Amino acid sequence: MSNAPTVSSLADLLAVAYQIEADAVERYDLLAGQMETHNNPELTAVFRDLARAEGIHRDEIQRLAGDIDVIAHARRMAKWAHGESPEEADLGAAHYMMTPWHALELALAAEKRALAFFKSVVETATDPHITKMAEEFVEEETDHVNLVYRLMNKYLLPPHSWSEDLDPPIPQD
Amino acid sequence: MKDSQSISIAFVGSGGAGALTAGNFLLEAACAAGWQGLLTRSVGPQIRGGEAAALVRLATHSIECMPEQFDVLIGIDWLNAQRFGAEIEVGPQSLVIGDPRGGALPPRVAAAGARVVSVPMKDMAKAIPDGRTNMIAFGIAGKLLGLSQDVCSALLAKRLGDKGQAAIEASQAGLQAGYDSLRDLEFNLRLAPPKQSATKRWLVSGNEMTALGAVRGGIRFAAAYPITPATEILEWLAPNLVKAGGALLQAEDELAAINMIIGASYGGTPSLTATSGPGLSLMIEALGLATAAEIPLVIIDVMRGGPSTGIPTKSEQADLNIAVYGCHGDAPHLVLAPQSVGDCLFTTQWAVHLAEALQTPAIVLSDQFIGQARAAIGRPADVAFVGQRRTASDIGSAAGAYRRYAIAGSGVSPMALPGTPGGQYTADGLTHNERGVPTSAASDHEAQLDKRQHKLERFAYGDHWATIEGDGDLAVVTWGSLTGVAREAIGRVNRDGVEASLLAPRLLFPAQPAGLAAALEGKKRVLVVEQSHGGQFHRYLRAHYDLPGVVKVLNRPGPLPIRASEIHRAIMQWRS
Amino acid sequence: MSSVDERLACKPADYKSDIKPIWCPGCGDYHVLMSFTRAFAELGLPPERIVVVSGIGCSSRIPAYTNCYGFHGVHGRSLALGAGLKVTRPDLTVVVASGDGDGYSIGGNHFLHACRRNIDMTYVVMDNHIYGMTKGQPSPTTEPEFDTALSPGGTGLRPFHPLAVALASGANFVARCFSGEPNETASILVEAIRHPGFSFVEILSPCVTFRPDEREWKNLVHRAPVAATSDPARAARRIMTDDGFNLGILYRGDRKPYQPAVGHTSIDLSELEKDFEL
Repeated sequence: MSNAPTVSSLADLLAVAYQIEADAVERYDLLAGQMETHNNPELTAVFRDLARAEGIHRDEIQRLAGDIDVIAHARRMAKWAHGESPEEADLGAAHYMMTPWHALELALAAEKRALAFFKSVVETATDPHITKMAEEFVEEETDHVNLVYRLMNKYLLPPHSWSEDLDPPIPQD
Repeated sequence: MKDSQSISIAFVGSGGAGALTAGNFLLEAACAAGWQGLLTRSVGPQIRGGEAAALVRLATHSIECMPEQFDVLIGIDWLNAQRFGAEIEVGPQSLVIGDPRGGALPPRVAAAGARVVSVPMKDMAKAIPDGRTNMIAFGIAGKLLGLSQDVCSALLAKRLGDKGQAAIEASQAGLQAGYDSLRDLEFNLRLAPPKQSATKRWLVSGNEMTALGAVRGGIRFAAAYPITPATEILEWLAPNLVKAGGALLQAEDELAAINMIIGASYGGTPSLTATSGPGLSLMIEALGLATAAEIPLVIIDVMRGGPSTGIPTKSEQADLNIAVYGCHGDAPHLVLAPQSVGDCLFTTQWAVHLAEALQTPAIVLSDQFIGQARAAIGRPADVAFVGQRRTASDIGSAAGAYRRYAIAGSGVSPMALPGTPGGQYTADGLTHNERGVPTSAASDHEAQLDKRQHKLERFAYGDHWATIEGDGDLAVVTWGSLTGVAREAIGRVNRDGVEASLLAPRLLFPAQPAGLAAALEGKKRVLVVEQSHGGQFHRYLRAHYDLPGVVKVLNRPGPLPIRASEIHRAIMQWRS
Repeated sequence: MSSVDERLACKPADYKSDIKPIWCPGCGDYHVLMSFTRAFAELGLPPERIVVVSGIGCSSRIPAYTNCYGFHGVHGRSLALGAGLKVTRPDLTVVVASGDGDGYSIGGNHFLHACRRNIDMTYVVMDNHIYGMTKGQPSPTTEPEFDTALSPGGTGLRPFHPLAVALASGANFVARCFSGEPNETASILVEAIRHPGFSFVEILSPCVTFRPDEREWKNLVHRAPVAATSDPARAARRIMTDDGFNLGILYRGDRKPYQPAVGHTSIDLSELEKDFEL
């Protein structure tokens, strides 16, 4: 990924991994807020759960980093030049009438992007310590992907009319 | 030879004849010599070369209107001068001076029975190298008035100094020729000697006084879009605001101008724009925004003939409706009106003070008559009214603690200026709550409407709200430039042994019911006088006040000014 | 506090207010808000020194969603508000926000003159090729064949080209971004704000409700093939072949910004009266 931050050290990798999770938490919280304002309590709960889950991952990485100040380090170097950080759910795909299945679809895509990122680190890293840690992250993300798949199976595919709102849009200005 | 307390002289001419310059020189020379003076002008529609008339009235006392008939009419030429017929009446007592080569007398003048004297001004001017007919006319006028030639001469030297020695000599020669030309003429009017005045005197236009009043009041930013007859205000402000540490920006249109001053005022700078009716129409939407968001500003409207493009160069009093009622929604704001050339300074300065104190727009309704008239006035006293806005500077750090539109007491809530930590808010035209957050809740809407109404109503405006003079059971109720006209009419009525009082509000909105009731107590007859075809002022009075007794309305649209003699007649004819 | 420390201490969250946007989920403006807050954090400016000024429309709601000072004015006049504010308060950072309707239609005249005037402020227009707030009328940038209730069968009108207009009118900095790239957009905003004079940044920002077809935009946008130029003629030639989806900085000029000196009285006010004296 040409726009991904360059990972040259374990600290870099930890910082990037931390930022990926932290960004994901903020993104799910943002989506939860949108769903709350737009009166979709079911999705509010789904996004808050996803945010909580990502929060746990984020905190784990911070613990794993030990003495390294991943937050400050991330602020300095964990920047994606274009697009967004991999695990941020696609804001543009949100919809005020979306169903939990849709939310999980977004989560799945996000996890897959994160997985792809760590795989690329495995492929390109020259430092064996980095490679090893990246492989661990690959394992983690693979677990997340599978978890999302399992969750999605619990929900029915949304009907064709899922976005049909009998009320028209309301101009406000 | 009879000493007169007041003499009026009109100059007409066309195509570069310089009638306006002659009139202005006469005014300035006479006022420099100590007399009071008033000058108005009337013009044809051409940009250059059109017919022009300078109407000058000089007196030993303060004057605020033109007479019914002119004592002297000097026609540098008579081309298209019939245009001025109704405005420059002459009668059997008048003296008309014309050039035999200046065209035929206008029919109205010829029929008036005035004394007509021929002076070959064109030929006399030709005899002088680079001679001008209007300097001869100036000399003629000076001689007729008994004005010292030295005073006139000194003025020429002062005013033409930058045009070079040759021009000054030619003008002095013209002046001399004018003085010489009437050696054999018997003219039975002369101005009584001027009263000595201890105060310094100024020669100014209403527009200039408006602009100075703005700066004295604290205005430091103006956005300008030119429009007749307000442009001179902006032109005076352009260099002078800079000297005062401010700035003027020419905007691309009135919509930009009003929004620029809102932005500047939001940032903390007292701001102003000046326009006329058509421009005010464009500004109305933003006026509502400033009212709703509680942003102080001042708009000067120099009223002209309307509606629509109307008569740009003539006066009228028909923007009262749009000034008071123009906004959609309920958007009460300040409306004031100066009453004379000199009062333009006070009223504008007061308007700045009020706008800043009440955090609301103020419209100042001047008009073309006082805006563009030139008059000698005593140097206006320094007044203590300066814009002082209640700002919020010490705000707690608790997030969302600051409430820009907090409801308490006077209704005026402290305004945080950008840059103040903790005071962040978004000013909005949307109906908002105390924090400034948009809302559609009934309680918020009503509370904020109440706030904005109360802040206007609870303010102590003091005696400046109106001019109240005189006694008797008849009251003349008028406003703006007609105040002085009514005052002169009442003076004449008093000399006829009749009493009458004058009430002229300077503050038109918010209305002052208690004040008006007190002023009109015991009156049996109310004569409303206004220059509006639809009687806007009369309807305004009916809407906001209870009027006692019998009410009559003397109203007329522009372009002709309402004369003191008309009001005098109306009062005398209405005896109880 | 040194500016470096200030920068490190500022987080985008510091610039967000607690007010929840009314924008539809999926709206590109959420990303734009993100870009704003990231840019402000990068600049390290205290929120109280920034003023976000807007007009009317969905995008114009943005000031209240930031923790800066804001002005939500009337339709089409945000540039005039910003001009008056900046000229009298040059110490503030003024960002004017608008949409394609507010900015290019009713605000079109002010757009021309703001570019000419070159006051130091940044104009951000969130362009979604539609009037969203009022339910889907064509805007000046709507494609001629796009069918709407007020223009059945499409307007048939050539769309407005804001970058060309900005360049021709004298804007000192011209760029286009895409909301879906908030970091790239943030860094262009940082540059635009830092650049002296009038900076114009168009941000393509899809409308999920009235232009669901604009989900395709993420596949249509592309980096401009050449770097920014400081030669207006060169920029003008590039504009002629612009497909409306070129992203990046088109032009960086060096015109001196317009800013009169304010705040220093040089004379006693009584000096102003001398000309009136008889």
